[in-house]
Amino acid sequence: MHAPDGFLNAGTAVATGAVSVGAVGAAIRQTRDVLQDRQIPLAGVAAAFVFAAQMVNFPVAAGTTGHLLGGALAAVLLGPAMGSIVATVVVVVQALAFADGGLTALGYNVLNMAVVTALGGWAAFVLLRRILPKSVNGLSLAAGLAAAASVVMSSMAFSIQWLFGATAPVSFSTVFGAMVTVHLLIGIGEGIITTLVVRSVLAVRPDLVTGAEGIALADEGRRRSLRALTVGGVAVAFVVATVVAQFAADDPDGLERVAEDTGFASSARDHGLADSLFSDYATAGLENEAVSLAVAGATGTLVTLAVGWGLFAVLRDRKPPARSPT
Amino acid sequence: MGAGHAHALYVHEHSAVHRLPPHVKLVAGIAFVVAVAVTPREAVWAFAVDAVALLTVARVARVRLRFVAVRLLVVVPFVAFAFALPFVGGGATVDVGGLALSEEGLWAMANILFKATLGATTSILLAATTEVPRLLRGFERLRAPRVLTAIAAFMLRYLEVVTGELRRMRTAMAARGHDPRWIWQVKPIAASAGALFIRSYERGERVHAAMLARGFTGTMPELHRDAVTAAHWAGAAVLPSIAVLMAVAGWVVR
Repeated sequence: MHAPDGFLNAGTAVATGAVSVGAVGAAIRQTRDVLQDRQIPLAGVAAAFVFAAQMVNFPVAAGTTGHLLGGALAAVLLGPAMGSIVATVVVVVQALAFADGGLTALGYNVLNMAVVTALGGWAAFVLLRRILPKSVNGLSLAAGLAAAASVVMSSMAFSIQWLFGATAPVSFSTVFGAMVTVHLLIGIGEGIITTLVVRSVLAVRPDLVTGAEGIALADEGRRRSLRALTVGGVAVAFVVATVVAQFAADDPDGLERVAEDTGFASSARDHGLADSLFSDYATAGLENEAVSLAVAGATGTLVTLAVGWGLFAVLRDRKPPARSPT
Repeated sequence: MGAGHAHALYVHEHSAVHRLPPHVKLVAGIAFVVAVAVTPREAVWAFAVDAVALLTVARVARVRLRFVAVRLLVVVPFVAFAFALPFVGGGATVDVGGLALSEEGLWAMANILFKATLGATTSILLAATTEVPRLLRGFERLRAPRVLTAIAAFMLRYLEVVTGELRRMRTAMAARGHDPRWIWQVKPIAASAGALFIRSYERGERVHAAMLARGFTGTMPELHRDAVTAAHWAGAAVLPSIAVLMAVAGWVVR
């Protein structure tokens, strides 16, 4: 996901840069009271944790591994404002000190990997928190599903930027199909890990989980529910995967190739699974540009809504009641 | 900590490039990458000149090409994507070694390959010639929000500590026979990540308390300010000037 220089055109780079600066600026303004003299060391060590969490390789199948992205996890643990700041710092430092992602690509890299994952993930988390039981498992599952959703949102955001800033003759629907499918699979892993991480933190220091603030956690049976939780999460993710994927592609050949050559390149073993998912596309395709634009519009609305909601949460959260809105 | 706050990409050397004030170097690097990014893709010769200029900088900075090449591997997934383009792109096709490839796709591939490689090489050289504290100070002089630079500084300072902790946890798990191969065996890893978060957070609290005890008021004192001369700016301007010239020439010739 760390896109290099020249991947999207200059206009898109500038526009996404402006959006990123706006969102991160809002988050900074929001946390200024907390951060100015107090918790900068804390935020820094938390950023180091997110950075380290991306190095946690978890097994996927037959010895292949994936790793955490952590934007939504940061938001759930630290709150949307601090979470998006921390995720932004991680992405910027990766570009500067580790040459991971281009300097002119920082606009869309920050937007997709920090702003969308943290704010969109937080929005999904708040929504799910309402539906799911107010317990350790309920909150953990909400965090996990939100993390899965945040990864998919991130891939959708990239696809939409591709619609405006494509530098290659690959249609929006192909990129959208490939990106979203790959990221649904990544999202499943992200969701499972995030669920378990949040669960383990809630078990020891529930006061450190910002997303659990003001919620009285109910007691519950412990051992039984973990497996049900994991299985349930995977099932939900797969249902979402197949439903969303139905809408996602017009060209099975191009889609397969792009997906194989981009995200799946890391492990040949994934292909058994991937092929079965892709085979669905052959029956349900999008015929023309109008339909694919409609998909683009709908997705854009969805992601924007989620990020907007997250931003709203940032601007509202932790504000002393006496102050007027800025 | 004993490593002198250097990072993985830093190459310890004493060269003109290393000695440039960090914010001057940052401005030059970003200007170069922006100029490369807006160069028309048909101007292959422009990218060639840019590459030669960049390699000259690497030579002056005494950064070995092998080092740069190994670090360039981070762009590989996108290169793979680029190589798919001639096959999936539509429109007119050209015959290359018996394969009918999309002409538009070939140009798009070249575009991504040139710009991604030049951009990543610039980032690598920037990181290789600038220690992180100086890099961050460069950002501060360019008026980046202090909150971001301060968080980044603490992050980099504690990155080694936190990853070291992670490594020890993994070692301890492996020593007890933990060798997960499937996704349903993931729980101990996730639990250790949760434990890592709590340990990191508590470490952050301790660090903050310790800093307060030593008179921390919210900003770090500036210990040392790089003197900037016109010669610095002039020297740093050479690389981006070449790229800007090439970009302009590319658009004119086109």
